[in-house]
Amino acid sequence: MDWYPLWNSLRIAAISCVIVFFLGIFLAQKVARLPGVIKGICDVILTLPMVLPPTVCGYFLLLIFGVRRPLGSLLARYGITFVMTWQGGILASVLVAFPLMYRTARGAFESYNKDLTSAGRTLGLSDLYIFWRIQMPACKQGIIAGIVLAFARALGEYGATSMLIGYTPGRTATISTTVYQMWRTGNDVLAFKWVMVNVAISAVVLLTVNMLEKKNR
Amino acid sequence: MSLTVRIRKKLSHFTLAADFSAADHFTCLLGASGSGKSMLLKCIAGLETPDEGYIELNGRVLYDSEKKTDIRPQNRSVGYLFQNYALFPNMTVKENILISRYKDRNLPEVQDRLKELISLLQLEGYEDKYPNRISGGQQQRTALARIMMSDPEILLLDEPFAALDANLREKLQMEMKDLLKEYGQQVIMVTHDRDEAYRMSDAAGVLEDGRLIICKPTRELFADPETVSAARMIGCKNIVPIQMLSQHELAIPKWGIQIRLKQLVPEKTTHIGIKAHHFGNKKDYTFPVCYCGGMEDTFEHIIRFRFHKQEAGSADIWWKLPYALTPDTLPDRIGFNEKDILLLHQEVGETC
Repeated sequence: MDWYPLWNSLRIAAISCVIVFFLGIFLAQKVARLPGVIKGICDVILTLPMVLPPTVCGYFLLLIFGVRRPLGSLLARYGITFVMTWQGGILASVLVAFPLMYRTARGAFESYNKDLTSAGRTLGLSDLYIFWRIQMPACKQGIIAGIVLAFARALGEYGATSMLIGYTPGRTATISTTVYQMWRTGNDVLAFKWVMVNVAISAVVLLTVNMLEKKNR
Repeated sequence: MSLTVRIRKKLSHFTLAADFSAADHFTCLLGASGSGKSMLLKCIAGLETPDEGYIELNGRVLYDSEKKTDIRPQNRSVGYLFQNYALFPNMTVKENILISRYKDRNLPEVQDRLKELISLLQLEGYEDKYPNRISGGQQQRTALARIMMSDPEILLLDEPFAALDANLREKLQMEMKDLLKEYGQQVIMVTHDRDEAYRMSDAAGVLEDGRLIICKPTRELFADPETVSAARMIGCKNIVPIQMLSQHELAIPKWGIQIRLKQLVPEKTTHIGIKAHHFGNKKDYTFPVCYCGGMEDTFEHIIRFRFHKQEAGSADIWWKLPYALTPDTLPDRIGFNEKDILLLHQEVGETC
């Protein structure tokens, strides 16, 4: 059994998760501070990938990063292509997993007691210190939930990924695209093995989270 | 010890307009909820920015809209005690207290100060507990210790006792008053509780709809509130409009009575107020009354009565009478002394 899809899926999910984490808390923080109407509009745009079919997200990505498109061809001139490469998988996963992180983080930031930040400021603490050492720990529950959801979603991404990077064994194959490919070509045994791998990873992730939460309590 | 505040800030329902100087040790600003009290403190601390104005603390300009000065809260040297104390939940009592010196927490003088504050604020044995594991009073003392560690020039207290139950409140008020006296720095407290203001402060002001309408020594404010809303804020129950008949004569149409005073009535007087405790049957002026109800309070009767010629539809008059002084039958005539009449006027954005 070729383990490439496992390795590929894990690195795509892990890298996307890191990107989504920073992007999610950064934008959640910015949007939580916006006035009413603009906040609503930003919120819709940033949450849209969650409700759109992943294939539609993939279509948009192809519109922007396709090699014959302006941005895509410009990037290609510098040797960066997202179509049919594993790096494209990161792009697809980030887009689809982002709203999960963003929404849970924003919820956590909105219920955060802002007096804590004010208190920190009158006590002479820098804004950066307050954010990382006071606000983030206070919002820990929501943030962890967001990371896990985003990781799980990135790991299981299929629609946008298959649109953008397709399935090339040893190059772009991920667990989910491999399961489909094996089943489609009648290789039920291998498809089942990959399904079990996926279930195992997801179970481990959820167990870890539950343990972390218990420890924190 | 001096704080000068002259600011305006537009809020959703009114404009906050404060213009005052405080030089006493303990100044209290009284205001109903939603009168802009917290916003005023936040402007002083730099957590909110006024639209225009000027704030100066001990000769240091903290905010000046004309010169575009706006010192960050971090550099204002202003301590702020929040109503919910705002202790950092992920840090122990000790870590909370040390937070303003976290970079040099291992210096001997910082450790000495920590020990001093912990014993001063009776937090021995709670150093390593998290804020959610200690009582409300301990949380408040931790927050106070945390502020004292940062050594501010002025302390702002935002309704510090509102979250505590009544039993504990009086005890902590007494403790905090002594503690702050010993600490010696200037204190500004906002509250809606007149008893709290009376007990703790040297000077007091009244805020209504964002305007600071009066500010003077606390005892004087309670003896002579000058304005209608200040009288209401210090708890005067009976306030009625008057007509001036002459410099010494007043008509109170709602009560259907006229009185003649020895003292000169200031021309601007529009209302008078009589505190509920100041009625009785052996007074300078008495009038026939009828009784219309009452309620028993902890230590006194609250009696509602009306003068015979009182205007229909006007509010009943409140009389508070300690149980020990309550006669078997209530008198037919009730009145008040000249010295207990509060001469009030409707305020027009005055400052102090």
